[in-house]
Parts: sequence; C-alpha cells; structure tokens
Amino acid sequence: MTQPRDFGFDTETTLLRDTARQLLRDRLPTQALHPLVATEHDPHRPPACHWDPPLWQQIVDLGWTTVAVPEDAGGAGMPLVALAALAEESGRAALPSPFIATATATLVLRQCQSAAARLLLHEIAAGRTATLAATPRSGAWDTPACDLRLEGGQLHGSAWYVQDAAKAEVLIAKAVHPDGLALITVPVDRQGVELVPDAIVDLTRDQAHVHFRGVSVDDAQILAVPGAGGAALEAAWPGVLTLVAADICGAAEWLLQTTAEYARTRVQFDRQIGFFQAVKHPLVNLMIQLDQARSLVYNAACALDHEPEQAEKFARMAKAAAAEVAAFSANRAIQLHGGIGFTWECAVHLYTKRQKHNQLLYGDAIYQRARLAELLLAETRITDHRKS
Amino acid sequence: MSDSTPRDSAEQTAFRSHCQQWLAANPLPEPPVRLPQSAIEIMHREQLEYLRDWQRQAYEAGLVGCDYPEASGGGGRTNCQRIANQEMQRAGRPFLPNILGLGMAAPTLQIHGNDFQRETLLPRLFSCADIWCQGFSEPGAGSDLANVQTRAERHGDGWRITGHKVWTSLAHFADWMILLARTDRDRKYEGMTYFVVPISTHLGKTVQVRPLIKITGETGFNEVFFDGLEIPDHYRVGEIGEGWKVAQTTLLHERGAGPLVTPSSGRGGPPERALGDAYALLDLARRSPRGLGCAADDPVLRDRIVQLIIRQEGSKQGARRAQVAALCDHPMRIPLQAKVVMSEIRQDVCALAMELQGAAASLSMGDAQAPDGGEWTLGYLNSYGVTIAAGSNEIQRNILGERVLGLAKSK
Repeated sequence: MTQPRDFGFDTETTLLRDTARQLLRDRLPTQALHPLVATEHDPHRPPACHWDPPLWQQIVDLGWTTVAVPEDAGGAGMPLVALAALAEESGRAALPSPFIATATATLVLRQCQSAAARLLLHEIAAGRTATLAATPRSGAWDTPACDLRLEGGQLHGSAWYVQDAAKAEVLIAKAVHPDGLALITVPVDRQGVELVPDAIVDLTRDQAHVHFRGVSVDDAQILAVPGAGGAALEAAWPGVLTLVAADICGAAEWLLQTTAEYARTRVQFDRQIGFFQAVKHPLVNLMIQLDQARSLVYNAACALDHEPEQAEKFARMAKAAAAEVAAFSANRAIQLHGGIGFTWECAVHLYTKRQKHNQLLYGDAIYQRARLAELLLAETRITDHRKS
Repeated sequence: MSDSTPRDSAEQTAFRSHCQQWLAANPLPEPPVRLPQSAIEIMHREQLEYLRDWQRQAYEAGLVGCDYPEASGGGGRTNCQRIANQEMQRAGRPFLPNILGLGMAAPTLQIHGNDFQRETLLPRLFSCADIWCQGFSEPGAGSDLANVQTRAERHGDGWRITGHKVWTSLAHFADWMILLARTDRDRKYEGMTYFVVPISTHLGKTVQVRPLIKITGETGFNEVFFDGLEIPDHYRVGEIGEGWKVAQTTLLHERGAGPLVTPSSGRGGPPERALGDAYALLDLARRSPRGLGCAADDPVLRDRIVQLIIRQEGSKQGARRAQVAALCDHPMRIPLQAKVVMSEIRQDVCALAMELQGAAASLSMGDAQAPDGGEWTLGYLNSYGVTIAAGSNEIQRNILGERVLGLAKSK
C-alpha cells in the first residue's frame, strides 16, 4: 500500500481546518481564554474544570465529532489527517474542550467490532462526549497493566489519569477478565461510579481518577469482549499518539509566533531583541523542530488510512518529535519573553502548562524512542534476512 | 512511503516509466577508480571522465534538464526533474558531476540570462561538455558575501576582471565560472554585477587556479586569481549593478529552495554503502562490538540513533509537505530550512557512526581494518563543507529568522 503524496489533505479538509481556525480565533482569542481558565492562581487550588459549553456546542454543530466516525456509523468518514488538523487547531487555541478525549474514544471504538461500539459511534457523531478510562495508577499508558477488573458482571477497581473526565458523558473502561482485556462503556452517572477530579498543572484541561465500586455491566455495554480489548487499543494507539502530537504542534506554533511577535516589538539596547542571534537562532531552531514534528504528524495520520502496518512506527516518531517540541517551545517562550513571561498575567504559561501535560501524555519522547528502537531493529533484521 | 503514488500527472507517469525503462536498459560499467563521496571532491581526471560520460548519457536520454525549455537544451517538460531524480537514485546511479552548473549556473542563466547564455551555454552545461564552477566567495567576503572586491572594469565594449576568488570547487576542471564582481566601489549592494567567465581557455594566462587541500587531505576546491581577464559584454548576466539581485537566484537554488529542481542522482563512495543515511546506523550498530556485546544493545546509543532517524524522516516528510500549499504557512518556510537540516543531520549521522565504531573509529581510510573503508570518518570530516558552504548555517538561521519570522535584520 502507498500513501498519497499530499497526505490526503484535500479541499474539503482545508475548508474544515480553516473554518475551525476562524471559529476559535473569533470565539476564544487569548484575551478570552485567560479569564476563562486562569481564575485561581493559588498553587494549592482545588481541582477545577473551566470550559465554554456553548462554544463546544458550536464545535459539534460544525461537525468536528463526526470527522473520524465512519459513514455507516453516522459520521463523515473523513481521512485521519482531517482529525489531526482539527487537533492542531485545538492546540493552537489551547482549547479547553472534550474534543481530544472524544476523538481518542472514537479511534478506539473504530477498532471494536461490536454493535455497542457502533451505537456509541452514532451517539458521538451526534455530540455525545466520551473519554478513555484505561490507565493504571502506575501511569503505564500502553501496556496491558490495569487496575480495573470485570468479575461476575461487575466492575471493581479504578482507572487513573482519565483525560477531560469532567466534560465526558461516557467512559470507555479497560478491564481485566480471566479471558483477557475487555472494553466496556459506562455512563459517568452510573451507580457505583465515583469520579475524583485531580488537581492538575494544566489549566486548559481537566483530569480525574475514577473508582468503580461493583458497577454492574450488561451485554449492551460490552464494546470489546474479554480477549479482544487489548488488540482494539493497540490498533487505535497510533491514532491516539498522533492526535496529541498534533495538539502539541498547534500549541507550539502559537508559542513560536507569539514569541516572535514579542521579539519584533520589545526593544533593548536600542534594538528589537529579535536582532540578537541569542534570540533569533533559538526561535529558528524551534521552527525547524516544529516543522519536522508537524510533517511527521501528517505522515502518521496518512499512514493510518493508507499504510496501517507502518502506522505505529510513524506515530511514535510523530509523538517523540512532538514531545521534544512541547518541551522546547514551552521553555524558549518563557525565557525569551523575559520577566513578563514569568508572570501569571502573560498567557504564555497557559500554553507552557498545556505543553508540559502534552509532553508526558501517552509517553514522552524517551519512551517512544525506546519502543521505536525495538520496532526498527526488528524491522531491519527481517529485511537483512530477506536479502541473504 | 513509495513515491510512485496515484498523484502523478499523466505526463509524470509516462515520463517515470520512460526513466525506469532507460535506466534498466542502460546499465553503467563499473567505475575504473574509486569514486569520491560527492562531485565537489572529484580529484582525478579518470573520476571526472567516468562521471561526465554518465551525465552525458543521462542528458541524452532526457533525464537531465527535463524541466528547462527546449530552446535552452532542456526537455520542455513540467515538474518532471523530481521524477527523474527519484528514478536515478532508485537505480543506484552515481552523482552527476557538473553539480555547480546544474544547481546554480543553470537556473540563474535560465531566469536572468540572455539568448547566448541560455541557448549556447546551457546545452553544453547539461551534457557536461563544459564543467562549471562558482566564483562568489573571496578572502574578505565569506558570510558577508556582499563585500566582494574582485573588480570588473569597462574595457572597450567589454570588461576586464581582476581579483581573487576562494573555496572554488571544481575550478581545476572548469570551463566556465559564474562570477560576482564589483563594478562600483561606492555602493555595496548596488555596486555588484554578475558575469559568466571562461576559465580553462585562459589558464596560465590571465587566470590562475591554485588547489586548496581540505581537512580530509583531499583537493577539490581552489583559489582562482584573475589578472585582467578580458570578456565581451554579452557575458554579463542581468543589468550593471544588479549582481546582488541575480545572485539571490543562485543562492536560493544552492540552498535547495529555488523554483527549478536541480537534476541530481545518487551518492558517492562504495555503492553498497548508504553513507549519511540514519537508518544505516542500525546495521552499523549491530556490526560494532561494544563491551562484550554490540553497540545495538546499548539503550543510550539506540536512543541517539532513533533521534537521528526521526530527524531524517521528519525532513523527508517536510519535503513532501512543502509540495502541499495548504499545509505550509509561509511558502519559503520549509525550502529555506533544507540546507541547514540536511547538512546537520548528515554531520550528526557520521559523528554518531564514529562513536558506534568505538576503538575502530581511530582507523583512517589508509588502514585495511577501518570499518566500512573509513567512509564514515571521511564523511564526518567532509560534512563541515556543507554546514559552512553556501552561507554558513549561522547565516541560514539569520535568513530564516528574518525572512520567515520577520525578526530584525542583522545587516
């Protein structure tokens, strides 16, 4: 199988992306984002979830949640590069919303063969929000490790680091069973479900851990039967990594452009500080790193549609490159803004904190590269074998 | 990703199959001598003649200069050079030797030249009948290129050239040079004019070429001295005083960011070795002993190899993205990065290759035990040529910061 050279980025996708960018520019400019999310500066502040539900409704009306849902499940069935482009816009605006969490859920549901999954995809296309409850307390993102058990038709245990849980209506829970991992849909308001918000650094999203105290499960909730859940998650994972990497690229572009703008206006020693190569060159280095990560994101998204056997490799490359960009963009933006960049009133910290969350989410650069080394060494060994 | 995708135009599809058929039907003989790693390291006549013959054949088959108009000796095609390049590389062909002509002189003459320059000089450049070199840098004009002092003075209807050019690759074989000279001492940027000047026919008379020896011990680049070389006025490219403007076209193409795609083929060195390819480090790591195991077992080295593979893949996907206007915020943003990114990846790949080799990295090409014939070490030393040449990477970062990010100019 081969990829189209233009990543499948067609006119329809361009229109969708440009409309999304315009909407967020109009509805959530930085001067609106800051008062929305930066309400409480005490570092001991309690958990909070600040977002703009009417804006989310507009996003649903524009069809963002239909993009990755197949046409036969009531969606638009667009190429995944379209979903990546929207994630990029979500990052550029540092959008507090259930978009990334719901898109993640969508990617997982696409890999489940059940009628329950199909039904939930229909609901997501219509605007229902969802999130993945699949991580153990250890934070081992993409391993079979799990603190939740499916026993006698009931869920017992917990899921940790659940993204944007307070904005989600439905959980997709990963649970262990003697026959293997299962995926189960559980409405957040179901009896026995206790959602405990985490106090997190990032002000533009929320997170929680969820306790399941004997939550009863009927057959209509089984998205993937015991034994099938692990494979579904594994197949969805490249898309999940690509989404976060795309969000990073959008946020990094905002940090790059905002810092460049500051370097064009701030004057010291009678010159714009962007004149000095100690300022100019790091910004260029950020641009170069960001462009590489962004190109890898489109390649990974395109691979999911056209070369799925290569998708894990390309998605880990994208997330590894993007995680480095997350850290570098956050670091240089604050430093090059100088004193003002160190203040609560300057919006840079909102993006810096989102980037630090994005950097670790689903595995940082070192983690992705370790997995890549295994993949690549195995791959070349096979090629060598074929040659001889 | 395979490049033969459904997005080729009808012309490109037909042309690609022409390239594939011609390359399959016309294998090259083995080179009579070891080939250097790139055209700018050609030291011997035998190397040059072998490669010159290859370029002539490729030109006659329509694989070189295919996007240039027929009146300039080109193929009159649209967006086909990229296809020919892909197929020549895929077929494992060596590099084209007239690289400074193809990459710099040809696009400049096509865009700014007169009829003589396009119709008489370009066909001979494409066929490699004439070898070209570039006369821009001088002892006092390196990063500050606009400081050139080589003089062009009016002499009857023509010009007389006097001065000193340096870092002139291929000058020892060159028939022609593109030259940036000063025609007005009072104005810096508006005081330069662009010329084409003959070299081989005036050697030992008003032109002297003195080889420089590089850190690798190889020759390949030179100093060129002009002592009153007389040329007619139709050797001038563009208007008097517009040399800097014309030179921007040359520099843009030299940095891989120009509108005309440079004809290019494979790599130098032993053909089985993908020198400078980050993926080749995986195999090298497996073959390189380290402690009681091999370098591929060391998690830190694995991480560093993968970092380079990611950068290389990112740069490859960047070139792909540069073709999709909707995904490029600024048209020059990716093209202007190409030179910095490629040269630094290559340097870092060769440097890491030496680290992977461990103790054996101490062995040079002259030692029969040197891993891979010492090519990685030679590649490492040669890599500085590219990070420094064509405007050092520090200058490239200035250009990127100023043209793309709009930061205050250094000059």
